[in-house]
Amino acid sequence: MDRKLLLEHIGVEGIHTHDVYRKQGGYKAVEKALKSMSPDDIVEEVKKSGLRGRGGAGFPTGMKWSFIAKPEGVPRHFLCNADESEPGTFKDRYLMEKIPHLLIEGMILSSYALGCNQSYIYIRGEYMYILQILEKAIAEAYANGWLGKNIKGSGFDLELAVSAGAGAYICGEETALIESLEGKRGNPRIKPPFPAVKGLWGRPTVVNNVETIAAVVPIVNEGGDAYAQFGIGRSTGTKLISAAGNINKPGVYEINMGITVEEFIYSDTYCGGMKNGKKLKACVPGGSSVPILPHYLVCKTAAGEDRLMSYESLADGGFVTGSMLGSGGFVVYDEDQCIVRNTWNFTRFYHHESCGQCSPCREGTGWMEKVLHRLDYGHGKMEDIDLLWDIQRKIEGNTICPLGDAAAWPVAAAIRHFREEFEWHVNEPKLCITKNYGLVNEKKFEPVNA
Amino acid sequence: MSETNPKFKVTIDGIEVEVDPGTTILNAARMIGGDVVPPAMCYYSSLEGSGGKCRTCLVEVSKSSEKDPRPMPKLVASCFTPIMDGMEVKNKSSEKVIDARAGVVEMLLINHPLDCPVCDQAGECDLQNLAYEHGKSTTRYEFERRTFDKVDIGEYIKLHMTRCILCYRCVYTANQLTDKREHGVLKRGDAAEIGTFIEKNLKNDFIGNVIDVCPVGALTDKTFRFRSRVWYTKPMDAHRACKCCSSKAVVWMIGDEIARVTARKDQYGEVKEFICNECRFEKKEKSDWIIEGPRHIERSSVISANHYEVDAPVHTPLLNKA
Repeated sequence: MDRKLLLEHIGVEGIHTHDVYRKQGGYKAVEKALKSMSPDDIVEEVKKSGLRGRGGAGFPTGMKWSFIAKPEGVPRHFLCNADESEPGTFKDRYLMEKIPHLLIEGMILSSYALGCNQSYIYIRGEYMYILQILEKAIAEAYANGWLGKNIKGSGFDLELAVSAGAGAYICGEETALIESLEGKRGNPRIKPPFPAVKGLWGRPTVVNNVETIAAVVPIVNEGGDAYAQFGIGRSTGTKLISAAGNINKPGVYEINMGITVEEFIYSDTYCGGMKNGKKLKACVPGGSSVPILPHYLVCKTAAGEDRLMSYESLADGGFVTGSMLGSGGFVVYDEDQCIVRNTWNFTRFYHHESCGQCSPCREGTGWMEKVLHRLDYGHGKMEDIDLLWDIQRKIEGNTICPLGDAAAWPVAAAIRHFREEFEWHVNEPKLCITKNYGLVNEKKFEPVNA
Repeated sequence: MSETNPKFKVTIDGIEVEVDPGTTILNAARMIGGDVVPPAMCYYSSLEGSGGKCRTCLVEVSKSSEKDPRPMPKLVASCFTPIMDGMEVKNKSSEKVIDARAGVVEMLLINHPLDCPVCDQAGECDLQNLAYEHGKSTTRYEFERRTFDKVDIGEYIKLHMTRCILCYRCVYTANQLTDKREHGVLKRGDAAEIGTFIEKNLKNDFIGNVIDVCPVGALTDKTFRFRSRVWYTKPMDAHRACKCCSSKAVVWMIGDEIARVTARKDQYGEVKEFICNECRFEKKEKSDWIIEGPRHIERSSVISANHYEVDAPVHTPLLNKA
């Protein structure tokens, strides 16, 4: 079952061009769908596949699609969320850079399934070079009749355009993305109404992540049931994981969900173990917004079972002893790293990216950043740790969009699991400026892969 | 009538009320009135799209509806959440709400200059009232506060962004009341500011209303700035023959002089009838106005500390009622 579904042909020379992609079996799914499948058939297949949103929340895609309102005479829109800006996550970039046609094929299939004739790819501004790759690929797709009017004689029209953001993390939130696409300030909308009812220009809209859309291609090709054979439990299929941090082989890996975290970190197929033979200290399994896991909870759950790379297993234990699969930004920290500094770094990011609409997130993220900065540089007080805990508690759940939660969770988890380290920063103000906690307290970490 | 228009039952802090479907929790609470009304800093009933931002009106929904009796997982913004039949809402009776609201007030105040002693809004400031009711008397914030330069954004209006809580009310007002909006929110996060793009002037006929909708002292009337504390002036209902607005205004008098003119605000600090710039800024002579009588001010307000002439009893309307 080690077969890859998305990155199968990634090594083929020139796969980013239409001709090579077509030779490798590309656009077969579109041919099949337009000839022999109705839009509802595709939705049905996606439901059967159990595909879950790859953007972070893990919401079942088939269900999301079935929520779309279908009022007579109102156009619907399908949007691709390529505003991948979570620190630690770079899987969509890889996919779009290497096989742009896979995304376009997925866009055609999804738009056909939802009955949308105008679709957009919203890409983050920093990915300007990928925008050019995508535009080239779209032009090729138009030239070969995969886009435009009456695609391959099926009577289905689809116009596809790429729109670039201006570098705001918040525009990855689906309603902020819609606002930004409409040319407004990227402020998240208050839900309800959900985009499925009132989205782009007030029309029913579905927004999906790049990887989710790409996964529709193998689902249509091989059928939803065959896709559901991959993975484990409710985490079906394969998942792209972008591994980074102190590992031997950082990069993007397509994994069959259900392999153990231990295998992912230590096997040579994937990350190849810890760099320089260091010990594992902590791991952020799903991008910066998910709770950090301490070394003793990375490979085993609190109940002592093997932790698997799946939505359920990573979330095992809730936020107390678990985390989330999130968007698949897998960051590994070795014993030398400083968690306080890392938390400060993440919080600085959220402070910078908060849209400033609701007060707890606008003011709270900046406050947390300042307190963490103070702690990291040895000017902190013991009360600051409790203060941080209180601030994150006041932000979490009280904001319009999940950015507030995403800013609060890493701080909460860091304090929960690494409180000692925060206290050390207060007790050793001079030492903590010159040395990382990890380097000073080396002996604390037992190897976990023994 | 009741068959075609079924009413929804909603219980807020144990008080039941029947409202039309589509009403928000906040408006349902306002129908009950009194203590169960959540405070609102950004919601403004006459401005479409306002609300949901300040998070002071958060309430706990302990029962979603008759059909689905599960509680809502998170606190919800009452100004934006429509009621469902059989919904049960906890405002003041929920500790979670009180705690979250204290948090929001703290967040709103950490970058607020707290320059109430020199602020023209003091005495009629929503943030002041909110902080008095829900806030703490000390702060845990020990860093430098965010400051901005004061900007003149038009002939009559001064913007003091440092005091702003980014409620977006003035943006909606300019969008919906005037024919051209020339200011908006620039930048993001805690660097976000209200501003006119490339120092434009706000000179629309109705733009003065942004001063009235501002819950804090960020937008102030340049014809009144630093002239008097609001509680030394005497508010009188007045009107005049105006071509472009209803001119139902309040004139704030110092002796026989009109110090400033504002629109009439209801008990939730909201203006129902907006007035034009001419009435607001240019008619400052007593002879311009027909004075109807003293404005009723809530007893709890600091403004009611001012003294009226004995021969103009404040409570005449109430006495007549009795």
